[in-house]
Amino acid sequence: MYSILEAKELVADLIYEFVVKAPNVAANCEPGQFVIVRTDEDSERIPLTICDYDREKETITIVVQIIGASTFKMKYLKTGDSFCDFVGPLGRPSDLIDTPIEELKQKKILFVAGGLGTAPVYPQVKWLHEHGVEADVIVGAKTKDLLIMEEEMEAVAGTLYITTDDGSYKRQGMVTKVIEDLYAEGKKYDLCITIGPMIMMKFVCLLTKKLELKTIVSMNPIMVDGTGMCGACRLTVGDSVKFACVDGPEFDGHLVNFDEAMKRTQIYKTAEGREYLKAKEGDTHHGGCGNCGGDK
Amino acid sequence: MDVLKKVPIREQDPKVRATNFEEVCLGYNKEEAMEEASRCLNCKNAQCVKGCPVSISIPDFIKEVKEGNFKEAYDVISKSSSLPAVCGRVCPQESQCEGKCIRGIKGEPVSIGKLERFVADWAFENGVKPSVNAEKKNKKVAVIGSGPSGLSCAGDLAKMGYDVTVFEALHELGGVLVYGIPEFRLPKEKVVKKEIENVKALGVKFEKNTIIGKSFTIDELIDKYGFEAVFIGSGAGLPKFMGIPGENANGVFSANEYLTRSNLMKAFKDSETPIMIGKKVVVVGGGNVAMDAARTALRLGSEVHIVYRRSEEELPARVEEVHHAKEEGIIFNLLTNPVEILSDENGWVSGIKCIKMELGEPDESGRRSPVEIPGSEFEIECDAVIMSLGTSPNPLISSTTKGLEINRRKCIVVKEENGETSKDGVFAGGDAVTGAATVILAMGAGRTAAKGIDEYLTAKGN
Repeated sequence: MYSILEAKELVADLIYEFVVKAPNVAANCEPGQFVIVRTDEDSERIPLTICDYDREKETITIVVQIIGASTFKMKYLKTGDSFCDFVGPLGRPSDLIDTPIEELKQKKILFVAGGLGTAPVYPQVKWLHEHGVEADVIVGAKTKDLLIMEEEMEAVAGTLYITTDDGSYKRQGMVTKVIEDLYAEGKKYDLCITIGPMIMMKFVCLLTKKLELKTIVSMNPIMVDGTGMCGACRLTVGDSVKFACVDGPEFDGHLVNFDEAMKRTQIYKTAEGREYLKAKEGDTHHGGCGNCGGDK
Repeated sequence: MDVLKKVPIREQDPKVRATNFEEVCLGYNKEEAMEEASRCLNCKNAQCVKGCPVSISIPDFIKEVKEGNFKEAYDVISKSSSLPAVCGRVCPQESQCEGKCIRGIKGEPVSIGKLERFVADWAFENGVKPSVNAEKKNKKVAVIGSGPSGLSCAGDLAKMGYDVTVFEALHELGGVLVYGIPEFRLPKEKVVKKEIENVKALGVKFEKNTIIGKSFTIDELIDKYGFEAVFIGSGAGLPKFMGIPGENANGVFSANEYLTRSNLMKAFKDSETPIMIGKKVVVVGGGNVAMDAARTALRLGSEVHIVYRRSEEELPARVEEVHHAKEEGIIFNLLTNPVEILSDENGWVSGIKCIKMELGEPDESGRRSPVEIPGSEFEIECDAVIMSLGTSPNPLISSTTKGLEINRRKCIVVKEENGETSKDGVFAGGDAVTGAATVILAMGAGRTAAKGIDEYLTAKGN
């Protein structure tokens, strides 16, 4: 069992943060890697990118958005509870880790985070900050209430640009609009790292390709084991098929086939939605979700 | 009784079992086992033992069964095997022990596998455990992976008195025994868990959720955690695909994924892990894993076709598995090879385009190689495709361990006689060395390496 030292609700009923005691993960993890988590014996194996780590306290921080039956259970977890399984670090660390610091200091780096993607962007920005490299960060959220980790990000980012789709806080518009505005102001970057919903990463990549800005994305496809066994996480990168769990999760965004990757995330959507509704509505569920056929 | 024939084994009726996940083979009872045991000729120069990768003293245990001394029979077997209840079920006996049985020359060989299974199950039911009496050696050995090779290596080392810790990446112990082989062939609670309990009873420690190569490296195991030798039994890895168009469509799965969802994540019963139940499923491949995937899909309610490019004679799966699959209603499309997976406008599988094959000259494997018949393309309508084409080794260990030699197929290179790798104190065996093979070959490699490790540590002294 893996104790939860701190459980926090970041966005009501939707986004939760957990600080988990996991010595084996905390000892060797690096920014960009992920863990696989199971709440209890019946749960799915859920891949989650590491959002922060503390080698001394032997802890890992994860941020979870409630989307399916197994994440739904996580909202009830409190400080002092525990996860039944917590394994990692998985995947390859960010390429930044292996780049000489002096070289990184020469580069102008831009992070583009969307929604929950803000959480996995944070450890990379923090790592750079700790190594004396200041990177600019764009954070986008649908609306003010869905914005997470603003203070933490502010503390480690060079300049932080926040935008909301509905204009309820700071700038208004998509993250791509901020990139366009920054370039219009004459700013220029050497490297972009973007993490967020696949559709957002796709549009960031379309734009940065035009701007000739090298862009790294962190892919979050469906996974089962996460250790290079099941092949569920395969995606097309350039001319070849890659496995996100062992070859990634970070890839050259200009080579990723996003349309295929987005389709593949839909495979279990109906099945997951069904489980979610069943859990949420309990015995009272009798259809209406459009999936289970209970109202037919 | 006809001494030329095996005592028939009881099985679930094919029509009934096609709809459940209960074990297909029901095994012998005492009387049947003793009768079958009496067919053994107790050869002095026993050929069967030579056919067994872990060299069980087969005539000795069968003699005990014949006389009703089941505990003694179990003691004989457990001297050589850590997993008899598993091996009795999934070993390809027809090409190993039973394939060499003298009885088999004129009639049917002695049913060695079913007798082994009977003895192991009897031991479970009667609480008989393998005995340890070795003096503690106070030397730590790490075993990576809790599949057949790791369990067998760990069991043998513990019997020699070593302090053994097994590291497992997944949340369950057993490796392919839990994620790969389905419940109806190898029950998890009744058989696998109990076999592992027996290995634990020998003093072996287990650490789940620990990925060597990620959580820590082999060098850390040796330098930081004080292990004096390491055995790598990390198993097979990434699934192979054909490289044909459409393979990333929704509804195309690797057999590994499909079986892992069903077996490890229990999607076959009520579980939160989803599995797609196709109306019509095509399984590509002809090995044991293909049969397992096909029979799982059938039990979940799909119509299932096996597409294989050679003929029935070349099917790599065990004859018994093919026979069971046919009995249950799996349709075999032989001499057929996929060329493209077709999908609908939403990206979901709608069919598979295949081409007819004929057999040409034998290739380097000795099997007649299939050749396409030009212009014979046709389509099979289906909504799911399961690719069962084998695996390539997992890169997590080889890419993080300096000085570990791998071959061009990315398998770990070892000395055959003792499992020693190119790195000092590190041994390996099983699929990580051979590529996808069988449970018993992996167990044999685990045993060989245990002996190799013992020799290595003895020579090293204190």
